[in-house]
Amino acid sequence: MFKKIFLYSLITNFFFTKKIFAAESGGMPQLDPEFWISQIFWLVLTFGVLYIVLSKLILPKISANLELRKSQIQENIEAAEKQRESSEAKLKEFDGIILKSKIEAKNIFKDAREKVIKNINSKKEILDKQIDDEIKKAEIEIDTLKQSAPEKINKIAVVTSAEILKKLIGAEVNNSSISAIVDDLVKKNGDRYYGH
Amino acid sequence: MTQFEVYRIGPEIKVGAFDISFTNASLFMVISSLAILIIFNLGSKKNSILPNKIQLLAELSYSFVSKMISDTAGSKAKPYFSFIFSLFMFVLFCNMFGMIPYTFTVTSHIIVTFILAAFIFIGVTVVGFIKHGFGYLKLFVPSGVPIILLPLIVVIEIISYLSRPISLSVRLFANMMAGHTMMKVFGSFVVSLGIVGGWLPLSFSVALTGLEILVAFLQAYVFAILTCIYLNDALNLHH
Repeated sequence: MFKKIFLYSLITNFFFTKKIFAAESGGMPQLDPEFWISQIFWLVLTFGVLYIVLSKLILPKISANLELRKSQIQENIEAAEKQRESSEAKLKEFDGIILKSKIEAKNIFKDAREKVIKNINSKKEILDKQIDDEIKKAEIEIDTLKQSAPEKINKIAVVTSAEILKKLIGAEVNNSSISAIVDDLVKKNGDRYYGH
Repeated sequence: MTQFEVYRIGPEIKVGAFDISFTNASLFMVISSLAILIIFNLGSKKNSILPNKIQLLAELSYSFVSKMISDTAGSKAKPYFSFIFSLFMFVLFCNMFGMIPYTFTVTSHIIVTFILAAFIFIGVTVVGFIKHGFGYLKLFVPSGVPIILLPLIVVIEIISYLSRPISLSVRLFANMMAGHTMMKVFGSFVVSLGIVGGWLPLSFSVALTGLEILVAFLQAYVFAILTCIYLNDALNLHH
């Protein structure tokens, strides 16, 4: 029975398609042609409006925006590149200046050092000379003192021995004979007194 | 199947013998188109070097579709960019609006997808004949095929060419309808199994929602890319 109905409906399908579909409200609504024309009409209308507005108004704007952004970014990149180059050049210049000034500073330092060393040397020389002179003078003085010392001592010895003799003996002795004796003694024991 | 039912909204409008009343299908076509227009209008209004979110969205979709076209159909397809862009966006938005509960999925109706596919088919064929004249018929005669096989191959090529609008429309329609039907089936399982056993179909339903959103995008993409491929055949005769 079920089979019969199915077959019957299948056959009548070909003749009364519209009626069958309308009756089959439990089936697929997609196959119900009642609103096909309406759907086609509204599809054409909405899609047509969508297409026209998108293609005439909106998409050109988006494309222009994208182009503009692209070109602007390109420009910015180029400008950045230029600035980088100039900054590099400036950096090089700066490095050169620093190098130059370093060399200058070194030179100044060297010059100053040399000058100071020269100064010190010349002053040292002068001082050395002065010291040498002083030493020489002192030596000469010492020498003269040394040389004059025995004569004075001899004189003192002669005078004191004459005085001593006078007090002891009460007689005056000739100075010349005393000095001859002192000379003799000095000759004998001079080494012991003066350390020659 | 109530979710696929078309019903009249407002009065019946008749032009001659044709019923062109405003229906829920028309409503969602209008909503999708308006949504696209609003989003892309907002996205193209201001041009800042650092785009805001909506501008980024518009520009990303623009470059996405433009890359898709240039990859599949080459630079010759540039004049058809706005059509393919509108087509992709229309199908995508119709699919996506269908994913919201209690809405109507425009693309789950064979007549809608078939009209789109038929328009593409006719348009591509016309473009092919304008660009190549009768040389466009060489499309059916692939080079490097033995003479004996040629009649068979030509017949197969013609059949495959003529079945393009059908395959294109049925692919989208069947995908959308199957997805929504499956979700409905799992939903009814949740109700019938109740609080005890309904958790499993519910989790399936959640997973299916994700999958269906993917399918909604993918089918719009496939629809657009197949249009590009057909257009490529018409513009650059490779055979």
